[in-house]
Amino acid sequence: AVESSDSEEEDLVSYGSALQPLQEGERIKKPVPLQEQTVKDAKGRYQRFHGAFTGGFSAGYFNTVGTKEGWTPSAFVSSRQKRADRTTLGPEDFMDEEDLSEFGIAPKDITTTDDFASKAKDRIKEKARQIAGVVAPIPGTTAFDDLIGPSKITVGVELLRKMGWKEGQGIGPRVKRKPCRQKPDPTVKIYGCALPPGLSEGSEDEEDEYQPENVTFAPKDVMPVDLTPKENVHGLGYKGLDPSQALFGASGREHLNLFTGGSEETSNLLGDLRHSKGRKLGITGQAFGVGALEEEDDDIYATDTLSKYDTVLKDEEPGDGLYGWTAPKQYKSKKGPEREFKYIGKVLAGFSLASKSSAPIKIYPPPSLPRNYRPFHYFRPVIMAGNENCHLQKALEESTGKLESGPAHQSRHGLNAAQRREQLGETELKGPAPSILEYLCEKDRERLKEVKQASEQQMKAKPVSQPSSNSRLQSASPEDAALKWRTLLEGQLANAGSSDFKPFAKNPEKQKRYENFVKSLKQGEKVDTLERFLDPNMTEWERGREQEEFCRAAMFYRSSNSTLSSRFTRAKYEDDVDKVEVPRDQENDIDDKETAVKMKMFGKLTRDTFEWHPDKLLCRRFNVRDPYPDSSIVGLPKVKRDKYSVFNFLTVPEPTTSVTQATKEKIQESNSLNKPKKSSRWDVSDKEKEKKDSISEFISLARSKADTQKQPPAPATEERGTGTTESVPTVVADEDKNQEEESGRPPMDLFKAIFVSSSDEKSSSSEEESDEEQQPTTSERQSETTKEADIADSSSSNLQETATTTTGSGISSLPTSKQELDAAEEFGPKLPPAFSSGRFCKHLDRKEKHRKIRERHKTKKERKRKKEKKKKHKKQKNKGKHKNKKSEKDSSSDTTDSSDSLSDMDTTGLSPKELLRR
Amino acid sequence: MAFPRPRPARPELPRQRVQTLQCGQGAVRAARFNADGNYCLTCGSDKTLKLWNPHKGTALRTYQGHGYEVLDAAGSFDNSQICSGGADKAVALWDVTTGQVVRKYRGHAGKVNCVQFNEEATVIVSGSIDSTVRCWDCRSRRPDPIQVLDEAKDGISSVKLSAHEILTGSVDGRVRRYDLRTGQLFSDYIGSPITSVCFSKDGQCVLAASLDSTLRLLDKDTGELLGEYTGHRSTTYRLDCVLNEQDTHVGCASEDGHVYFWDLLEGSLALSLPVGQGVVQSLAFHPRLPCLLVATQGQVTLWREDTFQPE
Repeated sequence: AVESSDSEEEDLVSYGSALQPLQEGERIKKPVPLQEQTVKDAKGRYQRFHGAFTGGFSAGYFNTVGTKEGWTPSAFVSSRQKRADRTTLGPEDFMDEEDLSEFGIAPKDITTTDDFASKAKDRIKEKARQIAGVVAPIPGTTAFDDLIGPSKITVGVELLRKMGWKEGQGIGPRVKRKPCRQKPDPTVKIYGCALPPGLSEGSEDEEDEYQPENVTFAPKDVMPVDLTPKENVHGLGYKGLDPSQALFGASGREHLNLFTGGSEETSNLLGDLRHSKGRKLGITGQAFGVGALEEEDDDIYATDTLSKYDTVLKDEEPGDGLYGWTAPKQYKSKKGPEREFKYIGKVLAGFSLASKSSAPIKIYPPPSLPRNYRPFHYFRPVIMAGNENCHLQKALEESTGKLESGPAHQSRHGLNAAQRREQLGETELKGPAPSILEYLCEKDRERLKEVKQASEQQMKAKPVSQPSSNSRLQSASPEDAALKWRTLLEGQLANAGSSDFKPFAKNPEKQKRYENFVKSLKQGEKVDTLERFLDPNMTEWERGREQEEFCRAAMFYRSSNSTLSSRFTRAKYEDDVDKVEVPRDQENDIDDKETAVKMKMFGKLTRDTFEWHPDKLLCRRFNVRDPYPDSSIVGLPKVKRDKYSVFNFLTVPEPTTSVTQATKEKIQESNSLNKPKKSSRWDVSDKEKEKKDSISEFISLARSKADTQKQPPAPATEERGTGTTESVPTVVADEDKNQEEESGRPPMDLFKAIFVSSSDEKSSSSEEESDEEQQPTTSERQSETTKEADIADSSSSNLQETATTTTGSGISSLPTSKQELDAAEEFGPKLPPAFSSGRFCKHLDRKEKHRKIRERHKTKKERKRKKEKKKKHKKQKNKGKHKNKKSEKDSSSDTTDSSDSLSDMDTTGLSPKELLRR
Repeated sequence: MAFPRPRPARPELPRQRVQTLQCGQGAVRAARFNADGNYCLTCGSDKTLKLWNPHKGTALRTYQGHGYEVLDAAGSFDNSQICSGGADKAVALWDVTTGQVVRKYRGHAGKVNCVQFNEEATVIVSGSIDSTVRCWDCRSRRPDPIQVLDEAKDGISSVKLSAHEILTGSVDGRVRRYDLRTGQLFSDYIGSPITSVCFSKDGQCVLAASLDSTLRLLDKDTGELLGEYTGHRSTTYRLDCVLNEQDTHVGCASEDGHVYFWDLLEGSLALSLPVGQGVVQSLAFHPRLPCLLVATQGQVTLWREDTFQPE
């Protein structure tokens, strides 16, 4: 039994070391926790894991170098004596022991290799292993296959070898052919300088330039095509750590060839290691420096530099450069059809040379130039087809050698930008609008267009009668001014004012009345007889008002857009913003003030009081307490208002916090008493801020513009100056403007008069008087000089006349030099004439003086001749006198000269009259 | 028992020419007394500004630094600084003694017609043809004005300051008075373009000269017309108006080479002083004495009362 038991024991195979038997009462040892487990290397040194547990990367001292000081320096040996055997350092010199050990990246241990095996054998194995390594689930595991696999070669191989087969050769009968040139053995390690090609190993195969007849060659080794599908999840071409490449393998990856990269990868896969490139030794691979127990880290050393890439297309191999598109230099010189046949380059695989040449490219000759073609560009002036221009247009067309039959047959050159834009369907550019029409809505534009046409017709009808009427208008006395322009209206409105206009659309009844009014006007009835169209229920005053209103409206719509466009600018505010900031209080309309000034009723009538916020700093600097310590406003307070509200343009008294509030309220009370019961147009507009009523907006806008234009005296003359230079229609427009300035006088100022002068209760009739009184004031205010000019010649008023009148008037206006012209461009009072200008004019004067003197002398001479004839005996005396006089004159002019040069003060303002008097 | 007050001396008007300053600056755009009337400034069209002792007839200093003609100048209360404005759109602050530009304020869009210091010379108020009045800070270094008074619709021709008011005359025919103490703006409509405005010495009245050849004396508080003075000619140029040292007379330059004085109360023409042939470019009245500074034709003349005896 014992034996059997022994035999049984012998049968058992035991693996590992047995656990120590547990002793009685002893506690079971706890397993050592992971963090306390240590790793030691073969020499018992502690190994550290690179940063995997410690959180850092601490390669270097702990696991590699061995000393804290760093690398142990090899003892220096002077190269003086030992120059010959210079040691070339290889990668191994920088490797750790582990790297050279069995599992390192460059194992040095003796592995199971055949003694006889050439390196080609290794290659075969490598190839197989490589393929397997790529395919295998764990890369690099095939390294163990060598250990497990048989150490001896198979019988078949032995047999083959005995038959003369060598590894690397193909199997089969020897071939008699020119051997394909073998590349220098890639596995040869060359450190430092490359050996000359003749000295390399295996040169016996290569160096046979001569080819003896009897030499046969073994057939090429056929590589089995590996058809294993890709089953892993690695990237294409990814290889794990390849120890064989670290030292012996060529670093094919070093140079990333963009063009052959793919094929190289595959060839590597197949095991055909190509080493055509200059080899650089180095250790590559993904796993370098990664610990055994670590997961793969990012390859922090991999730097992707541009130098790795090809920047130019270069020949793949020096021999065959004619790939694909091929360098054109080869056949560049050859012409035409022979080209194909001369093509000796390499033809791409899958292609063949064309047997037939393609048809030659047909060359089309350039079109022959027309006979009258002129090879330079000229810009045709844009001519609007009009009555006045037709001659000019014709002439121009003839001059350009091109006759256009009419606008219908316009070529594309005849189109202007807008027409082209229309044809192209482009949207209009936003820019400075050329005309008032741009600011109007579609409907208004239509209306204006019609009116314009009507007015143009009318203008053509009677262009002559206008100036006289205008002059009559200007010189009209205040009493009959209204009547005058009413009659004027009758003349002008005869065919103007279409029914399309609805200025009183808010009030249909009124609109109807207006239309009737206009209709009858067209029929040529007198304005005064038109009162039957007015509302009989209204008071006389109101009827008068309405009639006036109708007249004005008709007048307004008669006016052409050109007069208006000069008075508008593009909106200061964005269109989509409904509210704008406007000063809360505005200075009231000046018309009533004008009358007040005229009546010398300064005070309440002429004064506007506003709340004004000085800057805080300004108060401090002036040592004044801030009157509005809580407000953040500076200047006049502003309020947001509806943009299209009439209130922006009219000044309607609002209850404000100002001092005059009480009085204003009083005024309003009295106003409400005075107010007529029937509502007028303006009352309607007061109640509902009519946004869309463009008419009232127009009127107010025009009025505000007109007010500003009226102010400075200088521009008035300027306007006239420009007016004369332009042709007839603009003059008419100018007159229209004048008329409009008068007709545009707001009906509102009546209310204003009521508002302000509430204390002394005025009757409506007196207000009308005041209204009429304003007309002469404005005309008077426009400029006195122009008035004079008008009196002198009523048909036209031009700049020259005003100039002559002013120059005739006195000394102050004498200097007509550059300085005054400059000053005339500015607004407001000019600077007094500069001294230099005075001197300038003095020079002129002196010249004139000399001339006069000369003339005087002439006359004197003539007289004297007569006298000489009569009284010859007094000849001597007279001559002497004459000489004396002449010398006197000269000396006087000399003295003026000298005084002039001495001091700048003399005789600046001398008028020619004065000089003559002297 | 109070003695009757001695009768105030009858106001005398300057009738006698005692000094002539040959400025040599081209046209003299403005002649201004300093705060105490001992010195005067002349603004030339040759871009210079000159400081004079007009009583002795000596030129003291020339200030150069404007880019174009100088149109107005004013001296500070302590005579340490001068401000000036010119056609180069700049307002300059000068140091009197060194003659250097301390600061230049740029911001006006047009000629600066008129400049004034406030009482303590901490603010320069300038009026320009660009229709704004700008208040520049002399204390800080800020380049932009403290406040811009842009209520005028046309160029500012004249600016005057009192302790707490800014009085402006504009070409749009309005005299505006900004009262800092009450925070109000009073705008009086005159109609004709204003060429010059000034406060009376008692600060109750405002004198405004306009291009309709009329001087108007307005009550400052109500804006009512107190007096109207005509007889001179002022239709084209920006001419100055003055009040004499006792507020008894009103004076104005004229385009016919005279300076006219009217009795303030009666409105009657008191004196027509022929000062030259050309336009009287600028006027300045001495703050305490019957002494008038007149600029015509490139020269400045000083006029005193008849009884004055030059030593």
